[in-house]
Amino acid sequence: MSIWIGKDTRLVVQGLTGREGSFHARQMIEYGTNIVAGVTPGKGGQQFDNSVPVFHTVADAVAQAGANCSVIYVPPAMAAGAIQEAADAGIPLVICITEGVPVLDMTVVMPYLEERGVRLIGPNCPGAITPGEAKVGIIPGSICSPGPVGLVSRSGTLTYEVVNHLTRAGLGQSTCVGIGGDPIVGTNFIDVLAAFNDDPKTEAIVMIGEIGGTAEQEAAEFIKANVKKPVVGFVAGQTAPKGRRMGHAGAIISGSSGTAEEKFAAFEEAGMGIMRRPIDVIDLLKGKMQ
Amino acid sequence: MNLHEYQARDLLKVAGIPMFDGDVASTPTEAEAIARRVGGTVVVKAQVHVGGRGKAGGVKLARNPAEASECASQILGMTIKGLVVNKVLVVPAADIATESYVGLILDRATQRPVFMVSDAGGVDIEEVAAKTPEKITRLAIDPRYGLLPHQALTLALALYRDWAHVKAATRMMHQLYSVFMSNGASLAEINPLVTTPDGKVLALDAKIIIDDNELDRRPDLAVLRDESAEEPSEVQARRANLTFIKLDGDVGCVVNGAGLAMATMDLVKYYGGEPANFLDIGGSSNPEKVVNALKIITADPNVKVILFNIFGGITRTDDVANGIVAATKQFKVGVPIVIRLTGTNEAEAFKILESVGMAAMNDMDAAVSKAVALAKEAM
Repeated sequence: MSIWIGKDTRLVVQGLTGREGSFHARQMIEYGTNIVAGVTPGKGGQQFDNSVPVFHTVADAVAQAGANCSVIYVPPAMAAGAIQEAADAGIPLVICITEGVPVLDMTVVMPYLEERGVRLIGPNCPGAITPGEAKVGIIPGSICSPGPVGLVSRSGTLTYEVVNHLTRAGLGQSTCVGIGGDPIVGTNFIDVLAAFNDDPKTEAIVMIGEIGGTAEQEAAEFIKANVKKPVVGFVAGQTAPKGRRMGHAGAIISGSSGTAEEKFAAFEEAGMGIMRRPIDVIDLLKGKMQ
Repeated sequence: MNLHEYQARDLLKVAGIPMFDGDVASTPTEAEAIARRVGGTVVVKAQVHVGGRGKAGGVKLARNPAEASECASQILGMTIKGLVVNKVLVVPAADIATESYVGLILDRATQRPVFMVSDAGGVDIEEVAAKTPEKITRLAIDPRYGLLPHQALTLALALYRDWAHVKAATRMMHQLYSVFMSNGASLAEINPLVTTPDGKVLALDAKIIIDDNELDRRPDLAVLRDESAEEPSEVQARRANLTFIKLDGDVGCVVNGAGLAMATMDLVKYYGGEPANFLDIGGSSNPEKVVNALKIITADPNVKVILFNIFGGITRTDDVANGIVAATKQFKVGVPIVIRLTGTNEAEAFKILESVGMAAMNDMDAAVSKAVALAKEAM
């Protein structure tokens, strides 16, 4: 089933009746995702679009609709609580789309999830899609196609750009995962790389990083030591000034650390293919997959 | 959001961290009055959000109130790295025995607040970290339990041997941790933390950065933003819900999504051009946002061409096309516009643009190289 999401995903949408939640829920349903429930406190007992039951709590959605994955579209101040609620309800995979979650909230959420063995993707991420099976989040389904390339990225629209190149070149995707652009995220590059490495459907991997932090460097070390499949990588922000937050809360060069150049150097050191432009993904992958 | 030194001092003071008396002044007369009140030689420091204030002449020593007034009149109104100085901090010139560094950062790797302390203070801590990392003691704090007494003591012992100093510093570790947590900071530092010849431990300079994501739920912190200390175009952009950062090049960029916006700037450089800005119009774009984006970019006289790069997902490309058309009707853009649109409602978007005689393309590389070529022609 590629990784983490697929035909077996039974999704609950937290914040289903809100503007973002309802819009994207319809898109997910249209793509074929099995949405079994929605959660909006105060609206339990209602039906969304006459087809999806709405509950007051995630626990109810699990008990009565058998949800096994959650996607969160609630406002930033409520996101930490929503993640913890899903974890307490026994949901093993929580995907938080919400942008703007206070980072200190995440320092408390992370140990809470670890204690319960729950995987969080995000926050501030576009979610994940296993083309032809299910999408959880906001990645446009129309640009994806099923195939052997696993993709992991810190970005949203830049991911779409690369996926679009892949699909047009006939390189379909096993699963695409957007891990999010915040300083503290639940799932990092290494988690996704390890899953792709073990996934028989994934033959090659694309990794899209950006400036800020050292996640790309740590991923490169992991790749060098553990990943047997070809990996190609891009880093956005080669022209970004130091000390400025480039849209994403985590995309900031602190002092002289976290630059694109040091990340590219780590990629090179790990023997990865270096994408200087998004479009380079095609030739690099075709070369490596022969 | 960066706080000014005087704002950071206020937060530390509220938490009970001892420091030299002093205050902020907006006029030479106020500076003179503060100098008279604190007595002796004072330092007059420009309050701007850039490093290297001293080198730029923004920090001056004054031996008496009259000199303090004179220094303030020189510093107030001066421009440091493009930012005008509107306020000065007046503090006593300290008699210092030792200088240390105490900082608390939100660490991405451990996903926790991490203390960094060093007895090599008063200098650029990054330099210390790079050259002599063994001089820095690091300690990650579990926010579920907070800073534990023995942890605070361990940090203080990394700085001092004298027990009175250790006791004072231990208390300050707790106070700094509380400032950090209660204000949603991503960085809180005292640099330097000094001892005086008469045995006191005092915070001499403070720096605090607040996590921007806290500001919506913390209006008390949001009001600390000093818009006069920021690039005017960036203030205008924030009010229009755009993320904008001004750069020095001549290719203006309008993009949806932060990652794609960075990649667009990078591609401008790849094809031999220089980006004039970072600009993310966000996910759910409406035509008005595009109009505002164009207003902000065209106000920069360096801009020779404007490049749109829109990958429609949630963003509808026809909304963007309508915004471009609306803007060109409202005001004269004055420079060529190169438009790349692809994704949601692409066909409608192309029709909208064609109806007013504008062309669009759907390949990013082709659009960027065309924009760079146009910028070069205009030179």
